[in-house]
Parts: sequence; structure tokens; C-alpha cells
Amino acid sequence: MKHLLSAGDLSLEQAVAILDTAIQMEQVNKREIKKLPTLRGKTVVNLFFEDSTRTRTSFEVAAKRLSADVINFTAKGSSVSKGESLKDTAQTLEAMGADGVIIRHPASGAAHTLATSGWIEGSIVNAGDGTHEHPTQALLDAYTIRQKLRDNAIGSDLAGLKVAIVGDIAHSRVARSNLQLLKTLGAEVYLVAPATLLPGGLAAQAKGHYYSLDKAISEIEFDAIMMLRVQSERMTASFFPSEREYARIWGLNGERLARLRPKTIVMHPGPMNRGLEIDAKAADSKNSVILAQVANGVSVRMAVLYHLLAGGSEIE
Amino acid sequence: MSSRTVLSGSDIDRAVTRIAHEIVESNQGTSNLILLGIPTRGVLLAERIATVLERSYPEFAADSSLGRLDITMYRDDLSANPTREITETSIPAGGIDDKVVVLVDDVLFSGRTIRAALDALGDYGRPRAVRLAVLVDRGHRQLPIRADFVGKNLPTSVAERIRVQLSETDNDNSVVIEG
Repeated sequence: MKHLLSAGDLSLEQAVAILDTAIQMEQVNKREIKKLPTLRGKTVVNLFFEDSTRTRTSFEVAAKRLSADVINFTAKGSSVSKGESLKDTAQTLEAMGADGVIIRHPASGAAHTLATSGWIEGSIVNAGDGTHEHPTQALLDAYTIRQKLRDNAIGSDLAGLKVAIVGDIAHSRVARSNLQLLKTLGAEVYLVAPATLLPGGLAAQAKGHYYSLDKAISEIEFDAIMMLRVQSERMTASFFPSEREYARIWGLNGERLARLRPKTIVMHPGPMNRGLEIDAKAADSKNSVILAQVANGVSVRMAVLYHLLAGGSEIE
Repeated sequence: MSSRTVLSGSDIDRAVTRIAHEIVESNQGTSNLILLGIPTRGVLLAERIATVLERSYPEFAADSSLGRLDITMYRDDLSANPTREITETSIPAGGIDDKVVVLVDDVLFSGRTIRAALDALGDYGRPRAVRLAVLVDRGHRQLPIRADFVGKNLPTSVAERIRVQLSETDNDNSVVIEG
């Protein structure tokens, strides 16, 4: 594997291999000395054109725990704010000898452009491009689901598990990547959203879709329910009448939580709009695995960097 | 390609039994002893040594003294090879600080695996001493490393291949030289 651009590029075997490696990385993260010499001498660049706390810091921690040198590059305070193009920025990084570039960009397809343009030799990891994809988030979500719902995690897929992805699907790269990866792993994915926020093309790829959260909960016994952030910053029109109405009809609150199975896990990619798509009762309940998702992010990203940067070629 | 069997199943059993007793002799007992197998077949050999020790020394408990050490992420040839799968590392709950750690592997060749294992150990603690037990020492060392307990010394040429088969994962118990 050279690049990780889309969750859809991963085969079942590759996805399970990455998740299995992440289990061993998690063990390293529990040690007193959380450091491996594996990527010694490699340089990883965090190229972030969009704000991020979780993803950027967890990639940085992951690369450092594998002994890579990390360069953090954010659009603010760099030559990008002087008008430098993506191409020139990429070629500058290439001249500095970057072995891996982790890119987040507001434009869908930016990671793909970087990987296929020939501007740069190193491996490209898509850390979120516009409303398109966020494959490492999907991997850490799949890892969390497997960790919480499978007794023997190593080597297993997610066959037969029912997962709901709820909310602002139209603007969500997390939803797009999760839909593909969870399907590859054998899970049954249901999309639940207001009609204005559920593109027909995506609905057709899912096992099923609902225009009512209450109806979905009453008809399907979900193993995991993934609430998406309402991405007001990407909305160019009004997709629902008011935030209060959205919270009332689409939000996961204590009352809806009580109607789920006791073992159903509640997920959110963060950052949460508390009181909008999820309320404090649901977010802080014992069903919530939201903090586990953040912790697993480091292990999963270590596994991704290991698979992309450590070896000479394909997985044995 | 020619192949000849140099150790039979019963040869391996005798070698494992002898190594087990030599370890106890040099350690003057089984106290503070930790056995760490190096995947894949070193793990099986460490389990066999532990079984011998449990049978002969009632005070030896395998669940607090037996573990495995995956050294993949400490190798110095990662970038020259396809991505390797990482397997589990398990260190006995008491840790390895001030213990006598015996690394167990099937074949000692260049010594690079053991170099990686020594680096890995350093990240888990500070043993009082580290020893090395191998079923076969085939020579051709590239590093100043030697084994403390050896099942059999096998002079080989570099071009030859040593195949260790253990019934836990393979169909047979044997050591074969090929090439």
C-alpha cells in the first residue's frame, strides 16, 4: 500500500490487517515507554489547510511514537496565506525529503491530486478532504466497533453488525468513508437523515435509509449508532428550519437513548455540538464510546503509518 | 535441491529437555526466571521448555514466567522487505525488572533478530541478565552475539536453508537442511 486516499481503496484483508496491527500498537500505548524505533529516519509532514485538534495531534503523536520526524505545517502562518499554491507547497515539502504527507484540505480531491500529480514522491494520507473522505476516521470507528462488540477482535470483521449513521450526511466525509469501510468489513449500514441532507447516491449504497430517527430506532436493533456533527460552516443554504427543531427531531437525547438496546454503542467523530445532534445525557452515558474513539485514533494512525511507510512494498 | 534431516522429533525433545535443565542449573533454581519466546517458533520452543520446567520443578509456574516478544518493529531491515505482520507481545504481569530473561528462538544465524530483541527488551524494563537459548546455532554471525544454551551446533554454508518444523504449527517435528 503506497497511499491511503479513500476508505474504498482498502480490501477486506488490508482493512483487517491494519486493525490487527492497531491492536498491537494499542499495547505499545499502554507501556511505560511508548516508543518504537520503526520509522527512525523517516520524515512525516502534517499538511493542514483546515483547523483540526483531534486528527492533527493524533497523527503527530502516532508518528512520534514510531520515531519519525514530524513537521507540522498549518496554512495559517505559512506562505499559503501569501498565496502559495498547493503545487508549490508540495514541491517545497518534496525538496525537504518528506517520506509521508498527511493532508487535510477544504477541497474535495486535494489528497488525490497530491498523490497522482507527480509533485511529490512520498506516501499520501488523506486526513479529510472537503466533503469527500476521511479514511483514518473510518478505520478508528471500525476499530472501536470491533473492540467493543467482538469478543475475539484479532482477525475478525464486522459481519452482521447493524450500524446507523445519523445526521448531516451530505456534508460528512466521515459518513462517506465509514459507509464504504463498514460495508467492506461486512456490516449493515443504515443512513438516517433529513431528506435535505441525504444524497440519493449514498442512500442507494446503504443497506437501508430512514427519514426519521424515531422510525429507524423502532424498526432496527442497532449495534452502533454514529451521530454526525451538523457542519454549519459548510452549509450554503438552509437545510432544516431551525437548530431547535433539528435537536428535537434528529438529536440523540436521553429519551431516545433509553429506547436503544442496552448494549448499543453511541459514537461521534467530534467535535460535538452538545445540545444539537447529541445531548449531554447521551454523550456522557455508559453507552458512549466517544472518548475511546479519540484514544483509538492514535493506535489506528500508528498502524496506518506502519503499513504505508515501514515496509518496502505490498503486505506479505 | 537436496534436503537432509539433522534432528528428528526425539532429538528435538532431548535438546529441549537438556536446555531446560541447563537454564535452571545456570540460574541456580527457577526463581526470577522469565522465558520469552521470539515468534514464530521461538514461542513454541519456550512453551516446551516451560512444560519441562513445570514437570520437574513444582515451584515453577508458567503463567507468571512465560511470555512472547515480537521484535518486528525493532528490525533493521524493515524498509528492505514487504510490510510484515505484527504479532502479540506478552510480558508476564510481574514485568522483567531485575529478572533473568531467557530469550528463546529456533535458529541463531546473523544475530540481527537477537539484536532487535535486546532493543525491544529495553523498552519493557531492565532485566538483571539476559540469556539466549536456541535450538540450532548455524553460525555466520554478523554481530557480536552468542547463545548461552544451544540444542545443536550445525555448521552450514550461507546458501543453505534451515527449516525447523514443530508439530504445533507444522505437520512434523524435525530440523532439515535444504540447499
